[in-house]
Formats: sequence, structure tokens, C-alpha cells
Amino acid sequence: MDAHAKSGAKSARAVGKPLPHDSAHLHVSGRATYTDDILEPKDLLHLAVGMSRKAHAKITGIDLADVLRSPGVVEVCAAADIPGDNNYGAIVADDPVFAEQVVEYVGQPVFAVAATTVDAARKAALKASIEYEELEAILDPLTAVEKQSFVLPSETLVRGDPDKALEDAPHRVKRRVSVGGQDQFYLEGHIAMAIPQEDGGLLVYSSTQHPDEVQAMIAHATSRLAKDIVVICRRMGGAFGGKESQAALIAIIAAIAADKTGGPCKLRLDRDDDMIMTGKRHDFVIDYDVGFDESGRILGIDFELASRCGMSADLSGPVNDRTMFHCDNAYYLENVRIVSHRCKTNTVSNTAFRGFGGPQGMFAIEYVIEDIAGALGKDPLEIRRRNFYGKEERNVTHYRQTIEDNIIDEIVDKLVTSSEYEKRRADIQAFNRRSKVLRRGISLTPVKFGISFTNTLLNQAGALVHVYKDGTVQLNHGGTEMGQGLYIKVAQVVADEFQIGIDRIRNMAADTSRVPNASATAASSGSDMNGKAAQKAAAKIRSRLTEFAARHYSVTEAEVDFSDGSVRIGNRTVDFAELVQLAWANRVSLSATGFYRTPKINYDRSTFSGRPFFYFAYGAAVTEVVVDMLTGENRVLRVDILHDCGDSLNPAVDLGQVEGGYVQGVGWLTTEELWWSDSGELGTHAPSTYKIPTCSDLAPDFRVELMSGSANREDTIYRSKAVGEPPFMLGLSAFHAIRDAIGDSERSAPNLHAPATPEAILRAIVGDGNE
Amino acid sequence: MARSAVRFVLDGQVIELHDVDPTRTVLQFLREDLGRTGTKEGCAEGDCGACTVVLVEVNRDGDDLSLKAINACIQFLPTIDGKELITVESLSPAGGELHPVQRAMVEQHGSQCGFCTPGFVMSLFALYKSNANPTREEIDDALAGNLCRCTGYRPIIAAAQAMLAATEGEDRSDWLRQPADSVQAPGERLAQLKALAHEDSLEIDHAGRHFFAPTTVDSLAALVLRNPDATLLAGGTDIGLWVTKQHRELETVIYTGRVAELAEMSVSSTHIEIGAAVTFTELMPVIIGQYPGLEELFRRFASPPIRNTATLGGNIANGSPIGDSMAALMVVGASLVLRRGDATRELPLDAFYHDYQVNDLAPGEFLERIRIPVARSAAIVQSQKWSKRFDQDISAVCTAYYLELDGDEVRHFRMACGGLAPIVKRAAHCETALSGQRWTEEAVERACAALQSDFRPISDARAAADIRMLAVQNLLRRFYHETKGDVESTVYTYGRAR
Repeated sequence: MDAHAKSGAKSARAVGKPLPHDSAHLHVSGRATYTDDILEPKDLLHLAVGMSRKAHAKITGIDLADVLRSPGVVEVCAAADIPGDNNYGAIVADDPVFAEQVVEYVGQPVFAVAATTVDAARKAALKASIEYEELEAILDPLTAVEKQSFVLPSETLVRGDPDKALEDAPHRVKRRVSVGGQDQFYLEGHIAMAIPQEDGGLLVYSSTQHPDEVQAMIAHATSRLAKDIVVICRRMGGAFGGKESQAALIAIIAAIAADKTGGPCKLRLDRDDDMIMTGKRHDFVIDYDVGFDESGRILGIDFELASRCGMSADLSGPVNDRTMFHCDNAYYLENVRIVSHRCKTNTVSNTAFRGFGGPQGMFAIEYVIEDIAGALGKDPLEIRRRNFYGKEERNVTHYRQTIEDNIIDEIVDKLVTSSEYEKRRADIQAFNRRSKVLRRGISLTPVKFGISFTNTLLNQAGALVHVYKDGTVQLNHGGTEMGQGLYIKVAQVVADEFQIGIDRIRNMAADTSRVPNASATAASSGSDMNGKAAQKAAAKIRSRLTEFAARHYSVTEAEVDFSDGSVRIGNRTVDFAELVQLAWANRVSLSATGFYRTPKINYDRSTFSGRPFFYFAYGAAVTEVVVDMLTGENRVLRVDILHDCGDSLNPAVDLGQVEGGYVQGVGWLTTEELWWSDSGELGTHAPSTYKIPTCSDLAPDFRVELMSGSANREDTIYRSKAVGEPPFMLGLSAFHAIRDAIGDSERSAPNLHAPATPEAILRAIVGDGNE
Repeated sequence: MARSAVRFVLDGQVIELHDVDPTRTVLQFLREDLGRTGTKEGCAEGDCGACTVVLVEVNRDGDDLSLKAINACIQFLPTIDGKELITVESLSPAGGELHPVQRAMVEQHGSQCGFCTPGFVMSLFALYKSNANPTREEIDDALAGNLCRCTGYRPIIAAAQAMLAATEGEDRSDWLRQPADSVQAPGERLAQLKALAHEDSLEIDHAGRHFFAPTTVDSLAALVLRNPDATLLAGGTDIGLWVTKQHRELETVIYTGRVAELAEMSVSSTHIEIGAAVTFTELMPVIIGQYPGLEELFRRFASPPIRNTATLGGNIANGSPIGDSMAALMVVGASLVLRRGDATRELPLDAFYHDYQVNDLAPGEFLERIRIPVARSAAIVQSQKWSKRFDQDISAVCTAYYLELDGDEVRHFRMACGGLAPIVKRAAHCETALSGQRWTEEAVERACAALQSDFRPISDARAAADIRMLAVQNLLRRFYHETKGDVESTVYTYGRAR
């Protein structure tokens, strides 16, 4: 398209500027409307969920009489009240909304109660009497492997001849290490409000990354058609993957209750219920066997991965696939076998969380790298460089994608210099020789992260742009805003397409009636895909305006130029609004859709080969820590990050993603521990027991830079790169800095499991880290 | 005279509420009754700070106002009687100019998803009004009760610095000159609040449940005697959760926060006397002044919004095995003044706890005062907190030591621990092992072995039993090294010192 092609050359007015988040002024004044803040309809009922108290049991009796008698209660709903499918699993239909005969985790919804207040509903939900006959529960991945309890078949990816390479290798290390899960801990818990509409329609406000899926799953559960349901989400108070698939559960319960009561119903989960009832990042047990040469080059490697998927498949298939894809991180693995077990456990079904399995794969290979360094007595950085992918050779991944955009050497070289890595490493070694209780450690870890949904069909996006007679714009696209700054970025793109001020554009809520069939806002793809789709929609309108202006003023289209809020038409210049008004008066359509499908990707899941990723995002971090060898307490002292965002659409927003991602990654690997009791109850289900980083955990010396001059070589929106997930994995450097600190000549590669809580660190120090 | 209406100021207007549910939280009132939804619920247990609001009250002398950030999610509505409530909406008119705190947050990109932001804004507002030039450590402390999951905090810290830089030269200490909403003239606020803050006690009957807020200790004593089963409410930072999390209905609540005598604190030549309703924020400087070795413990005690309401009396009477104040108070020889009717008795703190949630209080008796001996110059008093996170975490193990050396010989050694037993208690075997010994590594090793006779820790979400034991032994070893000058700082102060 002509207008589209031209837009790249236009001087950008908004794109590339560090504009504040479009809702920042509302956030700070408490005037941003989240789902629970929407003015409540008259006679709204509030819901609470009655949950299973057993990890695995037959339900032999449910008595809800006391629930119904509780003050303020209007209605109860259970499995029998679901007219359609009792399921919210979108990929595999194994996720009951309400348990029927069997409960499969502590916290599984059994029924819901509708009452006149939140308090009344929550009080009532506690009054159910449910009889159980307990069944054997599988509570950890290793037991699941032993019992062959899987939600999906195990997968194997092989390249080369790992067995022979291992056999022939001069050095070998084998190890088992575990890495914990992580709660998303979005500050706004799950919530949905369902409001019946005329003629069987249903309007649902849902805090969801995937309104389309909420629409579809409500349709299936309530025996409706998609056309009868509208799902809207203006913003979420954080999501991080936790509201990708699991928001549907909450919304379906609200919808079922709305149908049964005939009135509006809202379900807002209490924090503890949210953490107990909904899924998290998968924890993994990783076994590996690596063979390498004197220089530290990996010759062959064998991974066996077991992840806790919980009681159902949910997104565990693609999550574990991504783990397999990222077991290389930035390293060339010539002879490799990866076996991936997707373990069925009687715990909450684990789900998406920033990185989507990638972090666990990268955790595995970085652990290997550190162990090789330990075995050879070398600086791990040397081992990393020895194994980095090449540019012209050693550049094909184990899933047969040729890496065309490798910049990891440039990033690492720059960062080594800017962080004074070599000098500080020597200083730290000197400090550690004389310090009795405190030790310091340093580590540099790289990130290479594949961008695109690995399920190719999901890589599509739609947008709908309206231009009004006064020259202002309503911007709709399928992306959801969870704080990542997607809306301001896409608005910047549209502003430049029309060459108008950003204040002329209003970001509209994600709404299934405006943009249908949208993929989840996930896989870091939000601005890549919605940016392109919105650009195309705007370009269509601009093209119509251009064509109209040329015709109306008898000039050629080449003489029509949009610039700085105005349009130059031959020798005259008119305001954008003026041209729009004139176009309207001449019956020109001022509304358009845009559609984008990510090019080039092509991937065959049955062989785990092809090009699952459009491109890769890169980065690296150096973290320095201090560790108390007596208490295991630790603290990050300095961080240096260099991260690749391509040509950033909004460097302030991207910087925020890099910084926030890093800190969240450090939380995953240090303070954030999920703990289950022997009977399968989650013991860490509130901020009192589950510890995400606080302000004082941020390093006193924190230096973050975006890589400059690294335009995406692929034709992404303004040559930018996705930034949602990749920086999360920069946090690996903090874990390895801790491991570096506690290691010494006797303990060259300590058995440190993640998260590295003071407890885990003490175990590693006393040599008790073997599983 | 008792009255039943709850009165407080919001945006310059006096709000008068009748028939208040006594355990309705300030957050429920704001969101559900007023539809004032800027203040958010993130956890409903005072741990995330999304609900942070600011309370203004007349000071003890009645000549000035003070302000403090609190967690609206666990603050019962009747406890803000006589005060002014400031919420995020108060700081700027709808569609109008943003407050410097808010402006700084926008300009520094301090919000992403925005859900925690109103809480951060209010904590920053409290800092803005109280500290013209905060250090990074002071900013960290001011924000210790606010969780952000998106930003990683760097831009919020930048906003804290920018908001002050932007208004440099202004006198923020006299915050009356800068009313939050710019509506009221200076002095008007003080007069308005003084008019509300009278001597009347508050008595609420609501649907068969009762709330009493007496103003004198005699009337409190009479009420407790008459209602021995009543729930005694102080800061409410634990009792709030009984309501928001356990959904308990508290039949009779007696609130200690308006009892004048319980808010008093004095220091004599022998003792610090602390009324049971004195908050941690108020008492911290006094205790740390006497015992500098307790500074890190109190710095890590919960968060400012919790310390602003939580009381020492509540912490002790609640008697959690993981309460952080008791171990330190035990080793310095604190005692409790217990009162029943007109009778008082004094009991050493280390004799107060019998078993999990069982203490020495008789029916109708309550904790009136805590008596803490002033520091003896020869003694080393130290406390350590061992938890997953530096700020706002609950101890897996909390230790405290009192050590008096005579040359190389241990004259007095006391050690108490939380997190290792159903109650916070002294480590008797460990103390005996060191008593009269030379203060050497070998003696400390014997004391570490003796700790196994003192405690049989359990495994839970905070730590496993075996590592808890190792941790307490290592903490004692660390204390030894500290006294020997082998290690100058903890990992926390190490990072700061550089």
C-alpha cells in the first residue's frame, strides 16, 4: 500500500518519544477505572467461590443449605447449573469450572454463592459442608514422573548425536537442580462482572488479557453464540500472563450466576483465594548431563525436564514447548536431546507467566554453563563466549531455525566494558579472600528470546480506527492494556500515520464487539502486531483522504502531504480536521479496519522444527551481590543492563519494561517461594507469606540502558522489538551472582536451587542441596 | 457522655455516620459507600499498600497536627473518629492540576498498570510532608509497605526525589501551609479537627454488636471487667485480618486508641514506661535511643503504615510466636503492668506466655503498660531478624541477645528467640552454657549445641525445621563475630555503606 510504504520515511513526531503512559495522569489521581471501579448496576449481586479443601478426592456429598440460609444470600451455583460445557480449558477441555464428582486440587471451585454484598457472599461460602472421600494425591513433579502422571504426552527434541558426543567428551557433569514457580502477583486480583442484556445477550467486564477467549468460553459454558456476548477490558491492574487463560474461569462463574439470578453479578477474588485458586509459573526439576572440551565448549548435552503443570493442561503444552526452545539461550548446542515431561499434579493448574517457559529453559542452560566453568576453574563469561551462536556458522538452533539477527557478542562486549566486569571480578575475589562472613559475587548472563506465538495461527491482529468529523480519533485494537504501555505505543504509531498530536487520539477499551477474534495480548507480541494492524487501518483512511484531497483540489496524490497536524495539498495547507470535515461532507469513509499477520514464520510442531520465531530479542545483565555466609541473606549491590529493543517506539515505556522485568526476574529466583504442605495446601497465598521484591530490594547502583542503533532487521513496526518478556530473564544474573559468591575452591559449583532464599543458600553452603 | 455517631473530616467536610458497623473498614466505606474508588484493595491484610491513605490528627499537646500513612483495608471505620482522612482523590481536583507528588510520578514514569499507584502516591505524600530531603534509605523505608509489581521501583524512587526537587525551598515541615486540597486556609484545619477531637467516649450498637472507645484507663478497666470476652482492639493490624480474612464477627470490641493514659510514654532514670496503645512509630526512637542494637530490627518491623497504627501493647498481648518485639524486650528484662479493675500487678515479660496463644492474663484483665529498663552501659544488646525479604516480612527466626562481659568472661548472657517454638521464649540451655564462661568461639559452639535443647522448630512456609535450627545457631555465631569486630555490617548495611 502506497500510503503505508511512505509512512516509514515520515519524520516521526510521536514514535520514538518517551511519552508518559496514556493513563498516567489517571493512575496517579485514582481516576483510572479498573473493573471493580466501574459504576455498579442496580441490584448487582456479589459472588464468592466455595473451594475444595482436598488435593484429590471424590465428592460424596455437598450440602449448601447453610450457605443459602446465610444473611444476604440470594442464590448458589454449582456444576449442575452450567447449561453448556463445564470447562474453561481452551486448548484441552480438561478444566472444569466447578468440580463435579472429583476435586483435583486444594482451592478448586466447587460452587459459587451470590449475595447482596461481597462480605455476605464470602462469609456464606465458608458455610458449605462438603463430604470427601480422599484419593491418592500426587503433589510434586518427580512423583508424577515416577507414576507416569502427565497432562500431555512427554516430548523429545533431538539434534545430532548427543549420546555419542557425551561418550566421547573429555569432561562431563551431571546434575539435578530445581527451579521454583512464581505467582504473578498482579496487584489487581481476578475480577469479572456479567450484566444480562436484552434477547439473551451478555455484557461482561473482565480483567483479561484475552477477551476473545473469555467470550468464546462463556459462549460454550452458557450455551450461547459468540454474537450474543460482548467482553470489555479497558485496563488490568497487572496480569503478567496470569490473566491469559484463567480469566475465563472467573468470567464464566459471573456469567453462570448472572444467568441463574437473571441480574448482574460480579466476582472479585480475594487475594488469598486468587493465589490459591489460579495458576502460576511452572516449577521444574531439571536433570542434565553435559559433555565439554578443555576450552569449555559444549560437545553434547542431554536434558530431562519435569514441570509441574497442575491438574490440567491449560497452557502447559506451549509453555513447555517454549522451555524446550530456550534450553539453548544464546548458545549453540550441536548435539542435544531435550525430554520434556508435562506432569500432572494435584495442585493448581499452572499457566502463563512472563517468559512462558522460556525462563526455566534458560535457567537450565545457564546452570550448565556455570558448572562447566566450575569444573574447569574458568570465568563463566569465558565459557559463555565460547558457546555463543555464531553469525555465519554455528547459527542454527536445535529446532532448525537459522538465526539471522545475532547481536549477542556486541551486547556482551559493550556491557563487559561499561560494567567494568573484569576489574570488579578481580576486586571481588580479593574481597572474598579477606572477608570472614560476607562474600560478594558477580555474574553476567545473556538473553536471547524468540518473538512470536509458537502456535503460528495466533500471530494475527486486528484494529479499528475511527476518525470523527472534528479530526479526532478513536483507536481500537485487539490488544489489552495491563500496564505494559501498549496503548500509548499504538497511539504513537497512529498519531504519526495521520501526523496529528497524540492528544487527538483516544484509546478505547479492548472490546470484542469492536475487534473480533483477537489473540491474547501475550508472547510480547502486543505492540508488534497491534501496532502494525492499527497502522494499516490508519493508512487506509489516510489513503482515502489523500485520494480525496487530490481529486477535490485537482492536484496529484504526490502533492498531498500530511505533516505536523496539517495537510499540504499542492500550494495550500489545511488543518487535518478541516480536511476530515470536508471529506466527510463529500461522503468519504473515515473508519477502517486493519489486519496484520506476522510474516515468515512457519513451524511444524510434530517435528519441533521450522521457524517458530519472526526474530529474537537480545540483552545481557551484570549483577553483583553480597551474601552472608552464616545467614544466607543477600542483597543486590549493582546492576548493569544493556537490552535490545530495536528502534524503540517509546524508550520510556521500554525502559520500564526492562527494569521491571529484571526486578521481577530477580524476585522469581530469590525471595519468591511457593510452599505447599504435605496435604497439598498452598502455604504462601498472600503477601504476608509470599514475598515479591520491595523498594529496598532495588540495587543502590542500578544502570540500565537500551541498545542503541540496533534497528530490527525484520520489518516490524518502525523496526522496534518486543520487550514484554525478554528482560525478565536478565534476572538470572542475580541468581548466578549468588552462586558465584558462595562458591569457592571446595565448592566450585554449589548445589543452589532456586529460589535462592536464605534457606536455600544455607543448604547450598552446608552441602545439603542434593535432591 | 458517650455518643454513637462517628465523625471525621474528608475534603474539608465533616462526615457524620450513624449506626456504623464497627468492623467496617475505611476501605469498604470509601469504595462501597462513597463510590470513591481511587483507593484500591490489593490484599486486604495490610501487606501491599494499594489501600494507603493518610490520617491527620491533633497532636498530644493540641497545638499542631500530625499526619501518617495507614492501610485503609484493615482500619475499622470508628477508629478514625475525630481525625481527617486524606485519599488520593483529595490531592487534586478532578481534571485539575496534579499535586507535585502526582506530577512527579507522571513525569518519572512511575506507574505502569497503575493499580498500586494511588497507594504509592499517598505514601509519597506522607513523605513529602515530613521529609524535605530524604536519603535513598528513607525513601525505601517510606515505601516499605507498598508493593509494585511492574516498575521495579526505580522510577518511583526517582519520583520521590523529583517531587521534592520540584518544590525545593518550600517549607514542607509546616504542612498546614500546603493543605492537600488547597481548599482550607492555614489554621482552619487545626480548629476543625480540635472541634471534633473531644473527650466523649464512643459507644456503638450495631445489629447486636458493640463497640466501645473509652477515653480514660479507669473506664477502660471497668469496661473490660464487665465484658471479659470482649475483643480488645488497639492498632488492629492483626484483628483487622480476623474480619477481612477469617470473616469473624466480633461481638464486642473495646478500642484502646482513645484512652489517654495508654498513649503516654515516659523515660525515668531506671525505666522507659510505654502505654499499651503507643504505636511503634512513636516508641521506636525512644527504644533505639536506649538500645541502638535494635535499630535494624525496628527498621524491619512491618512497614510505616503498620507501625503507624500497630502498638507495642497489641504486639505483646497478641502473643504471636513470630512477633518481633518480644525477644528483644525479654532479654533487656522488660515487665508488663497488667490491670484488672482497680488492681494492677507487674509480671516479667518472659513469664507472660504459657503456650501457643495462652498467656497469663486473667478474665477481665488487660495490659496497661510496658516497663523497659534503661540501657546499662556495659551491656551489648542486639537483635537479628531472619526472613526471606528485608522489608515487611515476618521472621522465620528472630533473636535477641543481652551480653555483659567482664573482660573476657561472660557476666550476663540472655538470649530469646521467636519463630522456634509456640511462644517467643528465652533460650535457657544456651544461656546456661555461656554463663560464667569465657566469650570464645569454643564456648559459643557449645552454646549453639545447647540451642538444640531449647528449641524444636517446625517446618512451614517460612523455613524448614532443620534450617531454622542452623539459622539460629549461625545467628548466634554471627553475633559473636560482631562482638569481636570480625564483621562490620549485615548484607543490608553493607550495600548501603558503599
